[in-house]
Amino acid sequence: MSWEIVVGIETHAQLATRSKIFSGAATAFGAAPNTQASAVDIALPGVLPVLNGAAVECAIRFGIAVGGTINRRSVFARKNYFYPDLPKGYQISQYELPVVAGGSISLAVGDLQKIVRLTRAHLEEDAGKSLHEDFHGMTGIDLNRAGTPLLEIVSEPELRGAAEAVAYARAMHALVRWIGICDGNMQEGSFRCDANVSVRRAGDAALGTRCEIKNLNSFRFMEQAIAYEARRQIEILEGGGRIEQETRLFDPERNETRSMRSKEEAHDYRYFPDPDLLPLVLNEQDIDRIRSQMPELPEAMRERFMRDYELPKEMAQAITSSRETAEDFEAFWGHLLKLTANCDRIQGAQAANWVMMQIGAALNKSGLTITQVPISPLDRATLVSRIIDGTISHRAAGEVLGAMWSGEGTADAIIERRGLQQISDAGAIEQLVADVLAANPKSVGEFRAGKDKALNALVGQVMKASRGKANPAQVNALLRRKLLG
Amino acid sequence: MLNSTLSELAGALARGSISSVELTRLCLERIARLNGVLNAFITVDAERSLREARAADERRAAGRAGPLTGIPLAHKDIYCTRGMLTTCGSRMLANFVSPYDAHVVERFAAAGTVLLGKTNMDEFAMGSSNETSYFGPAKNPWDTAHVPGGSSGGSAAAVAARLAPAATGTDTGGSIRQPAAFTGVCGLKPTYGVVSRYGMIAFASSLDQGGPMARCAEDLALLMNAMAGHDARDSTSLERATEDYSRELSAPLAGLRIGLPREYFGAGIAPEVLARVREAIAWFEAHGARLVELDLPNSRLAVPVYYVIAPAEASSNLSRFDGVRYGHRARGYADLADMYCRTRAEGFGAEVKRRILIGTYVLSHGYYDAYYLQAQKVRRLIARDFAEAFERCDLIMGPTAPSTAFALGANRDDPVQRYLNDIFTIPAPLAGLPALSIPCGFDAAGLPVGLQLTGKHFAEARLLGAAHRYQQATDWHRRVPAATPL
Repeated sequence: MSWEIVVGIETHAQLATRSKIFSGAATAFGAAPNTQASAVDIALPGVLPVLNGAAVECAIRFGIAVGGTINRRSVFARKNYFYPDLPKGYQISQYELPVVAGGSISLAVGDLQKIVRLTRAHLEEDAGKSLHEDFHGMTGIDLNRAGTPLLEIVSEPELRGAAEAVAYARAMHALVRWIGICDGNMQEGSFRCDANVSVRRAGDAALGTRCEIKNLNSFRFMEQAIAYEARRQIEILEGGGRIEQETRLFDPERNETRSMRSKEEAHDYRYFPDPDLLPLVLNEQDIDRIRSQMPELPEAMRERFMRDYELPKEMAQAITSSRETAEDFEAFWGHLLKLTANCDRIQGAQAANWVMMQIGAALNKSGLTITQVPISPLDRATLVSRIIDGTISHRAAGEVLGAMWSGEGTADAIIERRGLQQISDAGAIEQLVADVLAANPKSVGEFRAGKDKALNALVGQVMKASRGKANPAQVNALLRRKLLG
Repeated sequence: MLNSTLSELAGALARGSISSVELTRLCLERIARLNGVLNAFITVDAERSLREARAADERRAAGRAGPLTGIPLAHKDIYCTRGMLTTCGSRMLANFVSPYDAHVVERFAAAGTVLLGKTNMDEFAMGSSNETSYFGPAKNPWDTAHVPGGSSGGSAAAVAARLAPAATGTDTGGSIRQPAAFTGVCGLKPTYGVVSRYGMIAFASSLDQGGPMARCAEDLALLMNAMAGHDARDSTSLERATEDYSRELSAPLAGLRIGLPREYFGAGIAPEVLARVREAIAWFEAHGARLVELDLPNSRLAVPVYYVIAPAEASSNLSRFDGVRYGHRARGYADLADMYCRTRAEGFGAEVKRRILIGTYVLSHGYYDAYYLQAQKVRRLIARDFAEAFERCDLIMGPTAPSTAFALGANRDDPVQRYLNDIFTIPAPLAGLPALSIPCGFDAAGLPVGLQLTGKHFAEARLLGAAHRYQQATDWHRRVPAATPL
């Protein structure tokens, strides 16, 4: 009997605003405890929330990016529960009327693109932090995070298994960073996910009873937690048991999920519209203005690269994995087109691909990010143009790139200084070829006897004689002409 | 001097016939003499008052005085005052010194007024007798065996007994107007959103509104000029052009249409109250006003609606009092839940607990639609009744409360009976409307009767004008309470 794993994800993306969602306090991470908590954040008697327009703008950007409905009227509600790091005794969130409804996101699952629908996205405030470790027999409360703006993004239960769930989370992570509403820093908790997991017999229409796994703050933990949880549920069902709806926590050290609270223990949050805040009403002009300021989205950019630049799909995919990479590529490509006005596209794409692979490898090795590459897009384009116009070989280009990375100057200066120009002068190459043919009668004989491989040995000899500077394509062509002619 | 109205005192200060320090001393001396009996103040800081008075005199000497500079006044202990206890009448905040000033407190400080102290109130403004105060009830200066009303009972008693020429109050279901009526002073609940709620400890956010209490309508207008105005820190504060609340004080009464809802003159009203109110209305008619009988059919539902919505909001607003960051915390507790339970069990009084329980219940899963949502719907019907009524009249009159001040301890064990005392004051805040109570006579026991004037949104100046004309012809507001002679 086969089982289908059904997952829905709730994502909390911390919005990249300078101040909090309902107060003027700063949102920067890592400040000394309680130094970024204003009277509003610590919920002194008599204080009131005032909505930060920048957080609303982030939500609208998101709504536009996922093609959701941006509700012209949404309502903030109070979610009531007691906890020491929840200063007001309620969290201001959105309940019945969220700012964004619907929408979808596209993700790559193997070779296929899958469209996952979203239920909603709503604005809310974060709670503070309870610090249990630092105080003997006591709990410390740090309210710096209290009131940090969050966008809670809820997917439909359309993900089938841990791998798809992770692909979704990665796509969502890339998107919120792409549109500049979240820095995506998972260590600092800027992007965290809860997973609703259930299983059902293949072919069943009804969903099984779900368990919610809270606070998954890495893609690896998410994959492990969902896989564990699905196994656990399947084992229970196969043993004739029943799944209890509950909230569970993932323990990465033991690689298992543990019950946190059951449905019976679940809070009654007593949601009601917050009378301190008016309904959030959005007008068309504001939405249009934000729409006009949206960056090109990754999917559109990918298609444009494939169509206009004739880039292969994998390459377009890799380039659009982040906005920084894509912007870097666009700058590089722009320079390259200017430098090599009459090169053909295929050749350009190949050369571009080569330099990107090299840069990618260098980044992996150095641990730097794309924005920290020490070679400007213009310098990289110049280097590639020297491959295309035949000044240097691919092999020499590798050497030049290495020297550029360590700051030795521009491509042209390094080529000049190191004498790496290819010999493309037909006369010079012809002389070398004639010398090599004369000195290697055995290889010549073998080639003429039909042993095609013998040509490679002869090319190698010519290249060696030129100390690597002869243009290999030219050498190849010339050898063939001499031998066959 | 102590019997002068705020407007008269402002004139005396301007003429230099008295200094703010002298006037403040007079008030402080009277507070020292009478507060033991009246319990109108929870906190008095004479040194601070005199320091502010000296600053006000210096400001006047420097030629920078405004209309209220040097006037002593008292704030209800619901307004946060920096560096001073702000208790809200509760054990929960009995040790709470606010690190910031409420918007209203800032406004008056900027105007140069002198803070005499913080006045007694029902705990978290929940009550209409002042008896729920952790600091013991304030007493009615007309008869100290009677309540001054509530929740702004301390402010009302202080103004009535001439401890202060004026005081601030807050009104959620009648907390300014009912104590004003019970103590023979004037109190205005402005249109919702006119006075910022920032720094005013919340009871029921969609109803709470700060307002002035003083001895005459003219004084209320002056106070409103200082209190009202937009505040970006309160999202429900309205952005409107500055208005002069004194501008209609001399407006004629001729042609004024006074609406008389049948529901406000029915059964359950003390006959003497009804008689005084009818006499006052007859005066208005005799001076050119036209009387219009009308109906507010849904107003009978106002009390039940209010006692769903206000406790619902309160149950959430009061969640922040958890013993974690400030205020009372129980001494011994086993764990977190125990700390919450003990802290809140000790910190809150019975009436506050009752309302938290009611509010928690009506918001609970499975009850929300039947209670809270239904109450919000009826609230809109009540507001619609008023809107329709105001197509036929300019203002509505009736008694502020169905009785004069009741005796301390009356109906102590019957909260529903007590809630019914707010029957005429609750509709206006449910509809967000301005309403005013002014004295219009006394009952046989010598206790004051209040006349309530309710207007359409932003009709404060109109209400104050009508009240002022009446007070120019009557002297109810000039009478000095029997128990606190000058």
